[in-house]
Amino acid sequence: MANSILLIAEAHEGKLKKATLSALAAAREIAVRTSGNVVGLIAGHGIDGAAKELAAHGVRVLAADSAAFAHVLAETYGQLAAEAAKKTEATYVVAAATSIGKDVMPRVAARLGAGVASDVIGLSGEGATVHFRRAMWAGNAIATVEVTTPVKCVTVRATEFAAASAATGGSVEAFSFTPSAAKTKFVEFVPVKSARPELTEARAVVSGGRGTKGDFTLIEQLADELGAAVGASRAVVDAGWQPNDLQVGQTGKVVAPQLYIAIGISGAIQHLAGMKGSKTIVAINKDADAPIFQVADYGLVADLFKVVPELIAEIHKAKV
Amino acid sequence: MKILVTVKRVEDYESKIKVKPDKSWIVTEGVNCRANPFDEIAVEEALRLRDAAMPSEVVIVSCGSAAAATEIRSALAMGADRGVLVKFDGAGPQSLDPDAAARLLQKVIEKEKPDLVLMGKQAVDDDSNVTGQLLAEYLGWGQATFASKRESLESEEEKAKKPGIAIEGGTAKVWREVDGGLERLEVALPAIVTVDLRLNVPRYASLPNIMKAKKKPIDELSPVALGVDTTAKVRVLSVEAPPARAGGQKVPDVATLVQKLKTEAKVI
Repeated sequence: MANSILLIAEAHEGKLKKATLSALAAAREIAVRTSGNVVGLIAGHGIDGAAKELAAHGVRVLAADSAAFAHVLAETYGQLAAEAAKKTEATYVVAAATSIGKDVMPRVAARLGAGVASDVIGLSGEGATVHFRRAMWAGNAIATVEVTTPVKCVTVRATEFAAASAATGGSVEAFSFTPSAAKTKFVEFVPVKSARPELTEARAVVSGGRGTKGDFTLIEQLADELGAAVGASRAVVDAGWQPNDLQVGQTGKVVAPQLYIAIGISGAIQHLAGMKGSKTIVAINKDADAPIFQVADYGLVADLFKVVPELIAEIHKAKV
Repeated sequence: MKILVTVKRVEDYESKIKVKPDKSWIVTEGVNCRANPFDEIAVEEALRLRDAAMPSEVVIVSCGSAAAATEIRSALAMGADRGVLVKFDGAGPQSLDPDAAARLLQKVIEKEKPDLVLMGKQAVDDDSNVTGQLLAEYLGWGQATFASKRESLESEEEKAKKPGIAIEGGTAKVWREVDGGLERLEVALPAIVTVDLRLNVPRYASLPNIMKAKKKPIDELSPVALGVDTTAKVRVLSVEAPPARAGGQKVPDVATLVQKLKTEAKVI
């Protein structure tokens, strides 16, 4: 019997998370190399739509639809995924390195006696021997690691794998499992409301730093002109000027959009580690010696309050 | 109430990290080491919980070489009560992997029986972000990863050094930083809480406390004494420098920038 690659999928408000399709791309690559099959596991309450969406990518989907999984708790999801891995004789368990993937996967690994390669940015090795590439020291070194256990757990950085395309041959079947009672209770979720695309999924990102003095009006206007997500440097978030989840950096969100515009950001190492995978980087800063210019494809040394309004107007003109 | 905090000795994130010519590891000669910054936030939170009128003992645990006693001593100088060093001499590619570290910590915790274990969400050397979660599963405990708080680091609450984690009725109430917002969890004690950046700003050690810390005890343990096989489940085969980004060009004005984004980079 062919071995399976268990993909832990994520649903958000009934829809499949885009990051899951990137994880599926990694899972498919492993499946091809190890002659295995990808099996998807999706859990939650009212996840029919998301399960079908995943199945439309050619995946056999196990759907654990139950009130017990209405909220993601690492304890219960860890039990569920470990059980699904055993049932499907999984040799690999793959998930996106989202806050959920990072929270849950190590618990799955501990239950399976597996090693976990986290936040993987690429696969290497030859044939059925799969090695994993991952960033260490804030992206200052890229390591190639080997997971030595029979079952291998992997979380992948979604921006490093192109979303898997649709395919035929998928199916959805119910997966019934009752986890033992959790010692953790969900209390509430306070979303950061935004009409803009999510940072890690956006095609373009406009980020502001200390130089904005906390006024993000221009950053937001430019982002809206480009249909971009808004990001922020750590200094801005620490100051409470912008919500936590906008922080771009090794310790925040790692982004790799087609276009990244850094405004009033000096470019600390930890910020650079979070965005230097972007295809085209633009930096606007009045300090000509700011380290951000060393990674920017296009640098403009200027006062942001003067040039960003011009930029918004020019981009508006360029579009029409 | 007893709080155990883990502290890892790591390369200073402000030092220049270079890969060795043989690609086996990074160059460690001449690189300063310090406590993992996330772990310092965990130490600070433990001290605030203790100072918020809960009689607590704060125990610092580190797994690593004899040199890691320096980082334990720094945490003691911040105000923690005593230390435990699980001595392990492997370095470079032979360093402890997160799984071995979690299994060593499991044994220490089974001996120490703390009510709460605070850890950094990740160490800034291997950036794995898995040890706390592995440990929680090995212990069969609940976990709250990426602990944060709703108030900013420039808020009045922070200036008053209030703890961000609430201990009430045998549970820890924790705000977590998750994709798309903040989540509140209630975890029954004993529990593992891993901390994120915006939980607090760690204090500096005062001179009197640095002097006091010299007299605080640090017990030494070993993997053999704890009965733990430290064979790695994840091995680093090689490391290389990240692809360098070619230094870009400066543009004189907005018009040129937009024109280049349109025709050269083709991104707008």
